Amino acid sequence: MTLFKKAAVLLLVLATAACTNPDRFGGGAGGAGAGGADGTGIGAGVAGSASDPTSPLFFNQTIGDRVLFVVDTSTITPTGQAILDGQAQWLLTNADYRAIVEGHADEQGTREYNLALGQRRANAVREYLVSRGVPSGRLQVTSFGKERPIAVCSDESCYAQNRRAVTVLSFSAITS
Amino acid sequence: MMKRLLTLLVALMLAGPVSAQNGPLRLTITDGVIEPITFAAPSFEAENPAAQQAASDISRLVVQDLAGTGLFREVPAVAFISQVSSFAQPVAFPDWRAINAQALVVGAVNVNGNQLTVKFRLYDVFSGQELGQGLQFAGTVDGWRRMGHKVADAVYSRITGEGGYFDSRVVFVSESGPKDNRQKRLAIMDFDGANVQFLTDSSSIVLAPRFSPNGDRVLYTSFESGFPRINVLNVANVGRQQLQTAPGEMAFSPRFSRDGRQVIYSLSNGGNTDIYRTDLATGQHVRLTQTPSIETAPSLSPDGSQIVFESDRSGNQQLYIMSANGGEARRISFGEGRYGTPVWSPRGDLVAFTKQNAGRFHIGVMRIDGSEERLLTSSFLDEGPTWSPNGRVIMFSRETQGAGGTSSVYSVDISGRNLKAVPLQGGSSDPSWGPLQP
Repeated sequence: MTLFKKAAVLLLVLATAACTNPDRFGGGAGGAGAGGADGTGIGAGVAGSASDPTSPLFFNQTIGDRVLFVVDTSTITPTGQAILDGQAQWLLTNADYRAIVEGHADEQGTREYNLALGQRRANAVREYLVSRGVPSGRLQVTSFGKERPIAVCSDESCYAQNRRAVTVLSFSAITS
Repeated sequence: MMKRLLTLLVALMLAGPVSAQNGPLRLTITDGVIEPITFAAPSFEAENPAAQQAASDISRLVVQDLAGTGLFREVPAVAFISQVSSFAQPVAFPDWRAINAQALVVGAVNVNGNQLTVKFRLYDVFSGQELGQGLQFAGTVDGWRRMGHKVADAVYSRITGEGGYFDSRVVFVSESGPKDNRQKRLAIMDFDGANVQFLTDSSSIVLAPRFSPNGDRVLYTSFESGFPRINVLNVANVGRQQLQTAPGEMAFSPRFSRDGRQVIYSLSNGGNTDIYRTDLATGQHVRLTQTPSIETAPSLSPDGSQIVFESDRSGNQQLYIMSANGGEARRISFGEGRYGTPVWSPRGDLVAFTKQNAGRFHIGVMRIDGSEERLLTSSFLDEGPTWSPNGRVIMFSRETQGAGGTSSVYSVDISGRNLKAVPLQGGSSDPSWGPLQP
């Protein structure tokens, strides 16, 4: 895939994310919120891309852009490790991408603590990716605490999906 | 929780329905009690035709403020024997005693162009004395609510001996939209939910605004850059700028020092969150905690010498107190469950907090040595207490359960009585109660 095509795919991802998450990263700081993470529309809009191993869609859907956490922990689970191994491999292969790791918490906690807990989770992901060879300069972390749940019910089936760290790709030719 | 020194009840029991009392009218707010002071507030006199609406509105607001505390009960106008047609006329005390109004508030309003003046007198009916002296407040017609709040504050203060809290404002987060894409913007309101004004738009998530001690500025956390950062907003002109914190990946949970010149806050780096202080004038930063655990939600004591904060250094969230310059911290919370968001009371004797235990959230208070813990509320999700200027009432956020869950600002007395939602359009959260206005 050419650089141009990659950029085009990413723009689509960004555009979709911008529609569903109008309030995130409005300033263009790089990350595009949940991207295709919530599974809305992207598969249909860019059919076939998920099978292109160099596409962000492949990263988001085939590898998996997120790992989940046990209540009040930031330890990467064995399932999470497998996903992050795939993410690391992808990032090493596709060196034109950077990522922001976004940490999240479920609603069962106070606002400030959940921001800090989300940061812990995002950082655990970053450290794991770095341990697998991804240059730390390509990874940033942030946390949304409990501000952006993806599942809205108030029981464990939703909480389990919300306790997450999402690796959000952004395209940036690191040329110099 | 309130007890009256009035000895009136005793007098009534001994001597029948109406009796002279010995002491002056005084309500001491403590933890046991219950029996509200009864008061009558005949509609304030309109000194000129232009003042009619304001006179009626202001007297209604005074009643609403006083009755809304739960410490006072209005004797309705239908029970009145004597009418007060003129502010200057002598008070017919027997007529007010007969309907068992312990306090009588009379007032008069004058409107001249956009100028509004309110004067009032407060009487202790059973002793037949004026309580304090007549007072006059001047303002604009548009600002009539403030005049009403000022009268109510003066009445509250004269009867309880404590400062009031009606003429104060609260900054909060106004919420709309579904739970997974909630739109948040800063807003400011009068303590009773009136006069809502927006301070920011909802283009980025904003959290946990905190008033400066004199109410001129607001600190809050904004996701404008994609990363949590602290902004300082000027309330008068809504201008805002980012606080230059110590270098870090995320900055949040800010509060002003009592002199408004410094900010204490949390900074996160590499998964570790600690407490820092930044001097607004010099830009100098000091790191106050040095542990690998999460330290956040710092709040200064009224004298500025100590900080109460939450930390999970023990394995879960608990409350600690340290010197305002950092160093050793002592744990003060030891009950079951987790404790967060401590806020030092304006009087310095109590800490309000959020407690999470057995799947429920509570707002509570404890003494600063951790003793006498008292839970004031219980719900699916209560959090983020803030103190009224006089330390008698706490506001907080309450979120309801489930996919359609919404957030509202509530208030409760520190006795646990008088729990109520602040009437607001739409969702609301993260209140921060400002000072009594000058």
